[in-house]
Amino acid sequence: MSEYSQQFKASATRLTADLDHRQWISKALRGYETKRDEFKGRFQSWEEARQAAAAVKYEVINHLDRYLAEFVAKLEARGAVVHWASDAREAREHILRIARENQARFIIKSKSMTSEEIHLNDALQKAGFEVFESDLGEYIVQLRDEPPYHIVFPAMHLKRGEISQVFQQKLGAEPVTDPEALTMIARRIMRQKFCQADMGISGVNFGVAETGMISITENEGNARLTTSLPRIHVALMGIEKLVRSMDDLALFLPMLATAGAGQNLTGYNTLYGGPRLKGESDGPTQFHLVLLDNGRTRILADAEQRDLLHCIRCGACLNVCPIFRNIGGHSYGTTYQGPIGSVITPHLRGLQDWKHLSFSSSLCGACSQACPVRIDLAHHLLHNRRNAIREKPPALEKLAFRFFSLMMRHPGLYRFGMFMGKLLQPLHPIVKGSALDPAKAWTKTRETPKFAQTSFRDWWKNRPQNRPT
Amino acid sequence: MSSQADILGRIREALTARAPAPGHHGETAPAPAAGSFRQWLPPVGESFEDRQRLFAQNAAMLKAVFKTVPNPEAAAAEIRQLVTAHQWKKMATHTSPLTDAVCGNLGVDWLRTDQPYETAELEKCSASVTACEALVAQTGSVLVTSRSCGGRAISILPPHHIVVAAKDQLLPDLAAAFELMRRKYKDDYPSTISFITGPSRTGDIERILVLGAHGPKELTILLIA
Repeated sequence: MSEYSQQFKASATRLTADLDHRQWISKALRGYETKRDEFKGRFQSWEEARQAAAAVKYEVINHLDRYLAEFVAKLEARGAVVHWASDAREAREHILRIARENQARFIIKSKSMTSEEIHLNDALQKAGFEVFESDLGEYIVQLRDEPPYHIVFPAMHLKRGEISQVFQQKLGAEPVTDPEALTMIARRIMRQKFCQADMGISGVNFGVAETGMISITENEGNARLTTSLPRIHVALMGIEKLVRSMDDLALFLPMLATAGAGQNLTGYNTLYGGPRLKGESDGPTQFHLVLLDNGRTRILADAEQRDLLHCIRCGACLNVCPIFRNIGGHSYGTTYQGPIGSVITPHLRGLQDWKHLSFSSSLCGACSQACPVRIDLAHHLLHNRRNAIREKPPALEKLAFRFFSLMMRHPGLYRFGMFMGKLLQPLHPIVKGSALDPAKAWTKTRETPKFAQTSFRDWWKNRPQNRPT
Repeated sequence: MSSQADILGRIREALTARAPAPGHHGETAPAPAAGSFRQWLPPVGESFEDRQRLFAQNAAMLKAVFKTVPNPEAAAAEIRQLVTAHQWKKMATHTSPLTDAVCGNLGVDWLRTDQPYETAELEKCSASVTACEALVAQTGSVLVTSRSCGGRAISILPPHHIVVAAKDQLLPDLAAAFELMRRKYKDDYPSTISFITGPSRTGDIERILVLGAHGPKELTILLIA
């Protein structure tokens, strides 16, 4: 068992037993579901919109080289500098170099899961830069020195008291617990940072190939500020995030808002096509785009699972997942949680180390139903299971099935097995649930089924009408 | 340069294998033309009144203030009322036919952001008045760009954003807004094109809605029709 798998099991076991935590998460997600259904209902056909979105992403991902080339050429023509990064290290180096060359000191960030994926904050801080997350949820988890709990709602696990506490400890804030007052504390502090910052780092929700623009979706306006005030803007983007044209956004922006947060449209949807242009009065004088592979071409090479690159990171699959609701976002130990995280992490960080996530699922299929671009996540979990077993067959399981097959083919052996089982079962309570229990994994939380006192064979033989006369 | 070649090489090699068709059970469907999306998205009425009603509903839901006024003088009066009520001293705006028509004689100190300006000065402004590229009925959004609406920061930094729009700027949906951008700017797009949908908001603390997370706490939209 990998170390990740052990951590996962320990954390999942602890949180599944934490009823308070489960209720808190379920309540939040029920609220999301109500809003999502309301706005889904406004679509003339949500299902056809999903199919269309899937088809658009299929077209782009299956011609990714062409769309990427078009996208990059258009961006560069407007004065953007494009950097390519094969892995996380190279992406960090690009960004560190840009910061050093421009003598940046204060760096302000808007929410980007891709930056979490490459552990950018750590790298920047170690290199002596001050980095501030400006998204409220991200700022709270940054102050708590925690990874985001959920790709869209980073601080959904925290109650106002806990947030107030960390504001008091880390910021010397007054002891208020009202969400509005807490938000205003963060707003005041961030305003100063925004005005000081010389470099802004953002993520990217969509890259528009036709016009060479990036699109950023947010509610708070912090990404707008991140990309308006500092003199340098660096955007970090996975190579798969493309759509064909601006018109595609007319479909994707409302779908992202509805599936992701139960909104009609997210507060700010902004397209950026480069640095401040001639005749414009403000905005950064440099615009850098870092394009990240980091395992994405591996997913692309797996034709069966290629559609994982269709993902728009809306978080809908996390929100409906019974596993996520019970074990919580931190148990995964991954950048991307929930079904999408379980499916892609083995591709990004190694199948054998992360296969346990694909096995930790009831395969209920809620994720496949929720996905706005129709990725069949439940089946991809099965694909990962199959691939993991094919690559490294589990010896013990194989042995057990070989023995089972032997028993089933030899009635004498079968009868002997049943007889021994019946004989020994009364002794089971002595070891039940302990390390000596052969069925420990099952009996820890469940009762074992009882062996019948009379087997079907005996009952049939002794049935009066079957008795030989 | 080598990473670029490496990544593109890996992509081309990967794509030599064909992926199964999108959707759950292998249905084949070519990617639809962008123009066809409208039939699945939330419906928008045909007439100006339908759109105006829909925009008003969306604005109310978003907690934005939306008012239709008969002429620029009436818009100016609305703004004057806000200035008096909040006792604004310093405001930001930019040059455009509509903003020029509504921003006269208010007795406030104006910062103009269509010329290079100090961020600290804009930070001191209590409110901003800008034009817009369009209003989008389907989503209740205001479309602004860095070229025609006073730059990037004016619509996000001051705590109260006032938008002035003309009747023919009320468009049905996002697709129409993108169409407008293409027609107006050809291949020479502004560096920033932003759909503003309600005041700045967050639900990051216990999913409770708070306005004015980082951007404007209030958004007032005045449609001159």
